[in-house]
Amino acid sequence: MESRIEKTFKKTRAQGRLALMPYLTGGYPTLADCLEILKLLADLGCDLIELGVPFSDPLADGPTIQRSIQVALSQGVNLDHIFELVRDLKTYADMPVCLMPYYNIPYRYGRGKFARKAAESGVDGVIIPDLSIEDSESWRKVAWKEGLDTVFLAAPTSSLERLKRISQLSRGFIYCVSLLGVTGARRELPPELKEFILTIREVTDKYLAVGFGISRGQQVEALRGLADGVIIGSALIDLIEENKDPTERSKRLKAFIGEIREASG
Amino acid sequence: MKRGKGHFGPFGGAYVPETIMSALEELEAAYLKSKKDKEFAQELDYYLRNYAGRPTPLYHAERLSQTLGGAQIYLKREDLLHTGAHKINNTLGQVLLARRMGKTRIIAETGAGQHGVATATAAALFGLECQIYMGEEDVRRQSLNVFRMKLLGAEVITVHSGSKTLKDAINEAMRDWVTNVRNTFYILGSVVGPHPYPGMVRDFQRVIGEETKKQIMKISGRLPDYVLACVGGGSNSIGIFYPFLRTSVKLIGVEAAGLGLDTGKHGASLSRGSKGVLHGSLSYVLEDEYGQILPAHSVSAGLDYPGVGPEHSYFKEQGLVQYETATDQEALEAFQLLSRTEGIIPALESAHALAYAMKVAPRSRKDELMVINLSGRGDKDVTVVAEILGVKLGED
Repeated sequence: MESRIEKTFKKTRAQGRLALMPYLTGGYPTLADCLEILKLLADLGCDLIELGVPFSDPLADGPTIQRSIQVALSQGVNLDHIFELVRDLKTYADMPVCLMPYYNIPYRYGRGKFARKAAESGVDGVIIPDLSIEDSESWRKVAWKEGLDTVFLAAPTSSLERLKRISQLSRGFIYCVSLLGVTGARRELPPELKEFILTIREVTDKYLAVGFGISRGQQVEALRGLADGVIIGSALIDLIEENKDPTERSKRLKAFIGEIREASG
Repeated sequence: MKRGKGHFGPFGGAYVPETIMSALEELEAAYLKSKKDKEFAQELDYYLRNYAGRPTPLYHAERLSQTLGGAQIYLKREDLLHTGAHKINNTLGQVLLARRMGKTRIIAETGAGQHGVATATAAALFGLECQIYMGEEDVRRQSLNVFRMKLLGAEVITVHSGSKTLKDAINEAMRDWVTNVRNTFYILGSVVGPHPYPGMVRDFQRVIGEETKKQIMKISGRLPDYVLACVGGGSNSIGIFYPFLRTSVKLIGVEAAGLGLDTGKHGASLSRGSKGVLHGSLSYVLEDEYGQILPAHSVSAGLDYPGVGPEHSYFKEQGLVQYETATDQEALEAFQLLSRTEGIIPALESAHALAYAMKVAPRSRKDELMVINLSGRGDKDVTVVAEILGVKLGED
């Protein structure tokens, strides 16, 4: 059976465009503002949402997202708040939501309880950036039982053998890491990106979303016909960080998402 | 699908971003190959003997034994090694491996600076580019070690993120590795991190226990009754414990109780932590109910870490090693006692093992044998101790 995430990609693929998936750190800049921004992103026609769960030691994230996590944690944002946030968003807009927790978050909460609560809150998929396929068995069991998509990351350094296993275990889509490094807006994406995506295509029929580094329409345009979706995180957080005034922030977000949408097909 | 490698019971594993999984596979393959390679063993042995100063003595601390009034205490003198601690056993091993793998750049994390200095030393020895990540707090507290690393030709990169200490230096080193994985070798300093590090670092530190076993057999014709060592990440302790596991020897690992276990300001992951994933492996960690990692505290920077090697967690669960704690205050007393009775100033880390020995020894028999791993020397701690004791250096 197709999941809601897969249905969304199917739809955008049929429309000949890239699915647009913004990333926000849950509870940044505040829980209330975060919900407002999520609603705005839904209004602006974004297709899916990736919501980061703040964690004290985010080793796959660059300075921008690290700062946003610090801000959220310093306000006492916890996992239960994030579940509420998803529930509130889902009441407002019917769009698929992926949570992105580092593994210690579900591990400590109890993986079964985490999966159950996530599903109850309306979460559709979970991306765990520090969970290797090798150590994922117990997580997959509980996630699949609750009908959650398990999204694994594929990296430019992944061997063909690994890519095949990543494909087998991923549901919803595969998160293709565009570059060697941590999250963070980049002016340019590596020239090898195209070949990397084509390599993954050879071993999978799953949907492919590309993330890390994407900050401009031009980069998105280059992915048309190649990938199925784009994930934009740090560039959004940078924009939120630079515009504290809500009206100005909304204006800038509209312009930015507009540029990306335009470029996505 | 087969389960991941590098597990110690439920602990260990490789919880890291996919980008470095291939590098870990490559490292594991190179490491396994080196284990079977006689030339590698000979090369490492050459540098351990002629450069680092192995074997280190097993010294009968007679005055200390008399003072405590019980077991005969033997000190494994890792403090006499080049750079002043056991850390060099591991960095020489890993640098030789890096060379075999054709890696041209070395990175490492450091807390107090001991592992950073040992890494910079090994990198200088082989002319490799070296960058060391160190938390802002530690850079300030350990300015002397920062300068030592620079003298050795390494670049010290100050880490401003998170709690600005060792934990964050490891995060930042991992981020560097994710970015520069193709040409860079990450030298981890303890038996922590993702597979294959915990097992590999243990194997490079096992030399401590193997020598100890031979030496005590030669001296007394039998195994000791106790072996004690301090536990931060746990590399010196696992190194000395390993050959004595599942024997009659009572193994005691001593964690930092800091200001006291009930104050929450300590580094006792095994005694007071819970299971969690930090820096790539599942082990005991200090964390809150939502899995956020909590800051550790210890007077000794080397024990000021909210996690512990996964194999120690396994030893604890299996009852193979007994884990105890010593407070800052107890360690400071032991630091002074050893200095006065034996003329040896121990590292504050090692002073934790001594502090617990001060409790056990008086209750033991005089014909019992107790080995304590003196993992490092205390020169680096002298200013910190002076400050705590209220001594102003330069004044009489």
